[in-house]
Amino acid sequence: MNAPGDADLAIRAHGLTKRFGTLVAVDHVDLAVPRRNVYGFLGPNGSGKSTTIRMLCGLLTPSEGEIDVLGLSVPAQAEQLRTRIGYMTQKFSLFEDLTVRENLEFLADVQTLPRARAKRRIDELVEQYHFADRQRQLAGTMSGGQKQRLALACAVINEPELLFLDEPTSAVDPESRRDFWEKLFELADAGTTLLVSTHYMDEAERCHRIAILDRGVLVADGTPDELTGELAGRTLLVAAADPRRAQRALVGVDGVLSVAQIGNSLRVLIADGRGDARQRVADALARAGQKADIEETAPNLEDVFVSATHDGEQERAA
Amino acid sequence: MNLRRLWAVVLKELRQMRRDRITLAMIVGIPVMQLVLFGYAINLNLRGLAAGIADQANTAGSRAVVMDMLATGVVAPVAEARTPDELVAMLRRGEISVGIAVPPDFEQRKAQGREAVQVMVDGSDTSVQGAAAQLAQMALDASTRAREAPPASTPPPAPIGVVAFYNPERRSAVNIVPGLIGVILTMTMVLFTGVSIVRERERGNMELLIATPLSRTELMVGKVLPFIAIGLVQTTVILALGIWLFTVPVRGSLLDVYFAAGLLILANLTLGLMISTKAQSQFQAMQMTFFVFLPSILLSGFMFPFAGMPKVVQWLAEVMPLTHFLRLIRGIMLRGAGLAEMWIDVVALLAFTAVMMSAAILRFHKRLD
Repeated sequence: MNAPGDADLAIRAHGLTKRFGTLVAVDHVDLAVPRRNVYGFLGPNGSGKSTTIRMLCGLLTPSEGEIDVLGLSVPAQAEQLRTRIGYMTQKFSLFEDLTVRENLEFLADVQTLPRARAKRRIDELVEQYHFADRQRQLAGTMSGGQKQRLALACAVINEPELLFLDEPTSAVDPESRRDFWEKLFELADAGTTLLVSTHYMDEAERCHRIAILDRGVLVADGTPDELTGELAGRTLLVAAADPRRAQRALVGVDGVLSVAQIGNSLRVLIADGRGDARQRVADALARAGQKADIEETAPNLEDVFVSATHDGEQERAA
Repeated sequence: MNLRRLWAVVLKELRQMRRDRITLAMIVGIPVMQLVLFGYAINLNLRGLAAGIADQANTAGSRAVVMDMLATGVVAPVAEARTPDELVAMLRRGEISVGIAVPPDFEQRKAQGREAVQVMVDGSDTSVQGAAAQLAQMALDASTRAREAPPASTPPPAPIGVVAFYNPERRSAVNIVPGLIGVILTMTMVLFTGVSIVRERERGNMELLIATPLSRTELMVGKVLPFIAIGLVQTTVILALGIWLFTVPVRGSLLDVYFAAGLLILANLTLGLMISTKAQSQFQAMQMTFFVFLPSILLSGFMFPFAGMPKVVQWLAEVMPLTHFLRLIRGIMLRGAGLAEMWIDVVALLAFTAVMMSAAILRFHKRLD
């Protein structure tokens, strides 16, 4: 995917910073989110994902930086943005003591959809999101997956151009997650831009583009292929007889960023694919008396994440 | 302000209220409970004290004195005794609170102007003592006037009950019920809106609400409107029960009563909103509500006479909506006054509402920080 031009951007942020007292939650983040994309925000808890999303929707005032969302300056023009975006909060924020339909009606009213259209839209969403037999059920009595679906239905009631989703699947079982992502791609196909934060790698891999946040800093940004491509030759699969001992032997070896056990083998991320790091891995294993097969394997987003956050750590240490 | 969005908030509040049993119970339960408690149990003028009578004279005159005393309703005869000693014993055993003893030489003592009747009182309860002392005074005056016409050179001291002009039977309910409308509205209305904003925040709904086009004025007004109706329902419950159970009079216009109640409801709801924008949790909102409620009850003139309070406290009381409402409602219900005659209190309540509503709206931001 090519770098998008300005006109095709749904969100543009420059130098976005948020300080809470002395804590810097988001530190000079630059973002460019193309339209009609599913854009992933990947990062561990506390990395500043939610804070960034809240600033982009105009719910938090940035300490520094400029934000342009759908051509509007945020937070100054945030109110004009409200009818054009949807926001699905991390914690379920619909009214648990209202029924499915009442929640939808409330949001349709608040978005001032014309009455006839509101009714049509609600019927449509009830159908699409499988609530036909649950319209009169109280939202608070539904399962995690159902609540997520309802929250999404409510967030898109105004057919937003841009949809923010803050860890939408964190309280949902795998099957519901899959269904949920199907819905997200349907929305993207229909022309909606989606910004999704997650800490699941498999979800990040599904996005058109991702940004990796680590302790408030944007450490990587690109398509999943671009990001994994940069790591070509740096991921090794080590098959050893005693993976636990082999892992101990490799920890601390110069040039080894991480060693993770996957079943009976080890996944090793090295700092440089062309250099002699691979040789040092082999040497370290030999010294420990471990007979092991070493082969290159295709990098995945987890490797990207480890590599990106590791680089950040080194920078901070320096 | 968009009416569609305003309606959305009102409808949401009503729907949530309908499912909230405790709130529903509060709407009717509190007025009924309070009214019954204050109306029946808390009676500032004692009536029906258990009395024992020992009429040793048993003349036409002595029987008349005893009948006069019973006719006040303050005492109710429960026992007859032959001697004052028997009365003392009954008093000690707690069978009676008041003993009325008429000595055998009653007529002679009366003629000589000596103490003719003795009222023995259970002094361990000061309010009983007070009531009985009054009783003794009244009884003697009455008998003196009846028997010694033309009256003696000094006119008999007037009964203390000057207040009795609008409440001749000195029934507490007549004074208390109109005030109770105000007390109940103060308690429930402030509480309803006091928890309303902070509840949305606690349950996580606030982040959703502020991310929508809903304006803060729409949200605030939408939260107040449904409770105006609730407040008027409560007013109706108290009025109906007051009239039915305690035959409290409504001497002025019923419309004025509702108008005054509406003013107090608005003032309290906006005060509650203000509290809700300040409180961090529903519990804190409750604490603040009681912080407001107690001085209101004590200083507004509901419990203690306003005129008796020090000037500084009176100024403080002038800030409280309940003070103004009490003047209005007592004026309308008991004295038959019109709202126009008491315009200054109407203006005070309106001003309070305007200040609180503006402050609540200004304090509320559609931001998380």
